[in-house]
Amino acid sequence: MSYLQLRGIEKQFGALHVIQGIDLEIQRGEFVVFVGPSGCGKSTLLRLIAGLEQTDAGSVMLDGRDITEAPSSQRDLAMVFQSYALYPHMSVFENMSFALKLAKVPQDQIRAKVERAAQILNLTQFLQRTPKELSGGQRQRVAIGRAIVRAPKVFLFDEPLSNLDAALRGQTRIEIAKLHRDLGATTVYVTHDQVEAMTLADRVVVLRDGRIEQVGTPLELYDRPANQFVAQFIGTPQMNIISASQAAELVQATGLAAPAGGAMGLRPEHLQLCAPGGRQLQARVELIEALGAETLVYLSTPAGMQLVVRQNTRSALRVHESAGIAIDADAAHLFDAQGRISRVGRTPSH
Amino acid sequence: MCRVSARCADTFLYALPVSEPLPMNRLLPRLLLTPAVATLLLWMLVPLVMSVYFSVIRYNLMQPEQTGFIGFENFEYFLTDPSFSVAVLNTIWLLGSVIVITVVMGAALALLIDEAFPGRAVVRLLLISPFFVMPTVNALLWKHMMMHPIYGALAQVWIFFGATPLEWLSDFPLGSIVIMVAWQWLPFATLIFMTALQSMNREQLEAARMDGATYLQQLRYLYIPHLGRSIAVVVMIEMIFLLSIFAEIFTTTGGGPGDASTNVAFLIFKQALLNFDAGVASAGALFAVLLANIAAAFLIRLVGRNLDT
Amino acid sequence: MAARSKYPPALILRTLIAWLLTLLLFFPLAWLILTAFKTELQAIAVPPLLWFTPTLDNFREVEERSDYLLYARNSLITSVVSTVIGLLIAAPAAYSMAFFKGRHTKNILMWMLSTKMMPAVGALVPIYVLAQQAGLLDTRTGLIIIFMLSNLPIMVWMLYSHFKDIPHEILEAARMDGANLWQEFYRVTLPLALGGLASTGLLCLVLSWNEAFWSLNLSSAKAGTLATLIASYSSPEGLFWAKLSAASLMAIAPIVVFGWFSQKQLVQGLTFGAVK
Repeated sequence: MSYLQLRGIEKQFGALHVIQGIDLEIQRGEFVVFVGPSGCGKSTLLRLIAGLEQTDAGSVMLDGRDITEAPSSQRDLAMVFQSYALYPHMSVFENMSFALKLAKVPQDQIRAKVERAAQILNLTQFLQRTPKELSGGQRQRVAIGRAIVRAPKVFLFDEPLSNLDAALRGQTRIEIAKLHRDLGATTVYVTHDQVEAMTLADRVVVLRDGRIEQVGTPLELYDRPANQFVAQFIGTPQMNIISASQAAELVQATGLAAPAGGAMGLRPEHLQLCAPGGRQLQARVELIEALGAETLVYLSTPAGMQLVVRQNTRSALRVHESAGIAIDADAAHLFDAQGRISRVGRTPSH
Repeated sequence: MCRVSARCADTFLYALPVSEPLPMNRLLPRLLLTPAVATLLLWMLVPLVMSVYFSVIRYNLMQPEQTGFIGFENFEYFLTDPSFSVAVLNTIWLLGSVIVITVVMGAALALLIDEAFPGRAVVRLLLISPFFVMPTVNALLWKHMMMHPIYGALAQVWIFFGATPLEWLSDFPLGSIVIMVAWQWLPFATLIFMTALQSMNREQLEAARMDGATYLQQLRYLYIPHLGRSIAVVVMIEMIFLLSIFAEIFTTTGGGPGDASTNVAFLIFKQALLNFDAGVASAGALFAVLLANIAAAFLIRLVGRNLDT
Repeated sequence: MAARSKYPPALILRTLIAWLLTLLLFFPLAWLILTAFKTELQAIAVPPLLWFTPTLDNFREVEERSDYLLYARNSLITSVVSTVIGLLIAAPAAYSMAFFKGRHTKNILMWMLSTKMMPAVGALVPIYVLAQQAGLLDTRTGLIIIFMLSNLPIMVWMLYSHFKDIPHEILEAARMDGANLWQEFYRVTLPLALGGLASTGLLCLVLSWNEAFWSLNLSSAKAGTLATLIASYSSPEGLFWAKLSAASLMAIAPIVVFGWFSQKQLVQGLTFGAVK
């Protein structure tokens, strides 16, 4: 029996059908990430779970209880908002103890819980300050602390890292991962950043236009994307996608052909550069991005295909030079005309 | 528990999602609105209905028993009163002068102090002070301290330059009123323009400077268009509020000499509380309301557009 | 070279002109302030005195006049009470429109604003007649009602925009924390809106205090406000300018200072938000 269950969730804003039939089961203690491009409905879905929006159809069950009609204040969920939403007129201590105070928890218990949470999050010296006096990262931790103190059934995170600068983002991401490891709480986390999805999630839910494209562990999504959208969404740099009509050279090089109207996908790390002039695909270097630990080489073929190759050694190539591209045919993803996966390599995909 | 009754029980206890009120929950919001709406409705309708009623009957406050329907006689009397055309012209002149002075000088001042200089904060405070002075104090301040032909400050200045001081209130009654009101409302315009300028995109100005624009060009192509909206607002607001200029006239010239400084508002006052002819005064009031409606219609549309943002 | 450059000559010029204009425009007020501290003879000295030993006699004399105190009390009571009552009526309405936005919210708001756009003179006769019939002429109650009605649209509008400025995520956070409607209002919305309530109240206090049209027409000896009192000095009885200045100064000084603090509210309130 799953802990959090969404069935047939639908939501419309005026004429816009934002959520179009979502079914999802989340187990207790799981860290699930909703990821997708802007406008895909991930934040809306989170808010529907939280009760901040009303569903038009479908049900939400939590720990065996139907909470579809329950107001937010009665769902036993805690949410960390993108803008932190701290109470500006209260101190950090009061922010974190607000929910407990409303629930009439005795003062000494409140103090104990808040101090413990503050210790976990390194906020102890800030307890008497107001949000105004804190930095962005500190505010964010108070927002998380506010949620932890309540020990809710599920934690909801709405793009919590998007307002932080890059360095802080990486650091906080690790802290959130450690928190989950230590507390083991069920978490639903929304982000548009697939790196966060890949690193934090037990399972990832990829959303597009209000529908689930695929659910799976991060590596499942990476190695066996169910369709072209997921394949291109997960993984940086993006998977090389060549439509079947342009893929004549590839067919020759790999012995594989995509279904008519479909496409072939090749991850940059499954391509290898070799000396020009051989039997492999021939191409010309357009651009080289030397990132230090790895190098990305952008090439174009005489037929006009644009490919990215990733290697973890430095490249001696220069722009406009020629090179050959060896393709690992076993790793080629073949998509049909509707974008669904049809085969990976020489074996069929199901 | 069925869905419907669960929602009912929660109606007044739990807050609604911010995006959409439940149909069942309309009661509370309406209750909250009622006092304000009812009060303003009365405030709007009662005087209007009464004015219309009075304007078509004979009603003298001193002889309230002698009433009777007289149709448009009040309107005719008001409109054909020789003082009426004078009052209208005076009103237009008053309104126009004050608006022009406040807008032009207000914009100039706002542009002048838009960018920082030593003492800017103090200058701001000093400039806006006149607006918060009571209109009657304003009037007497000018009448005695400034415009008095012997002891007034202006008279001293005139004497200093060897000229004979002017008898402001007797020779230039309307002009004197214009000065008083313009002095009081200039800060209003300046403040509005200062606020508007602050919201100007600085990067746009820098881009123009790099493109080689002179100050005059910046003025013409960037500053003035940006101020356009707020100029319109100031003009409309002043049109509405200045229609009722009363205290200054009452305290200084009493509308005189003769009709020279009587505006429509003062004329209505004269009819109502000096001649006690409520009928005629009501007719005049409806006329004033009509004038105000014209300005208000434009202003409301502008406000409405803003409310959507 | 653009006049806005940071080079000293242009800045000096601008500073000089700005200060010159400001002093010119502020002069009448400055003159009033100076005169309040002069003796009557000094006040009418020709040429005008700029240096003199200041005296507080005028203020004392004015204060001792019983009618000054009466009028001052009337001003205070009418302004404060009308503002408080107005806030009590306006706040629920503004709250309702800000947080329970409906289809007609915008129309209702615009209608309320439009009632402020009608000139006071249009309602003079009916209100006078009504006040007379109800025995409210020359009473503080009558003035309180009228002041409250005049300022109500502005209060609703300003409270509405202050309520809207509260980020809705904070309220959602309160809900997630388990607050019901009343708790959300009392513990979160109200504390955050207190500033807005205060500044709106301040602005309306200023507007009521300075209100001259209705004060002059509906009140005189008993309920007159300071506006009425000052107006009654319009026909000079002998030399009394220093005292007049002192009386005026006492009547306007606190309000001008309040006005300094209400600048932002003034812009928002009197332009109905049309200028940002």
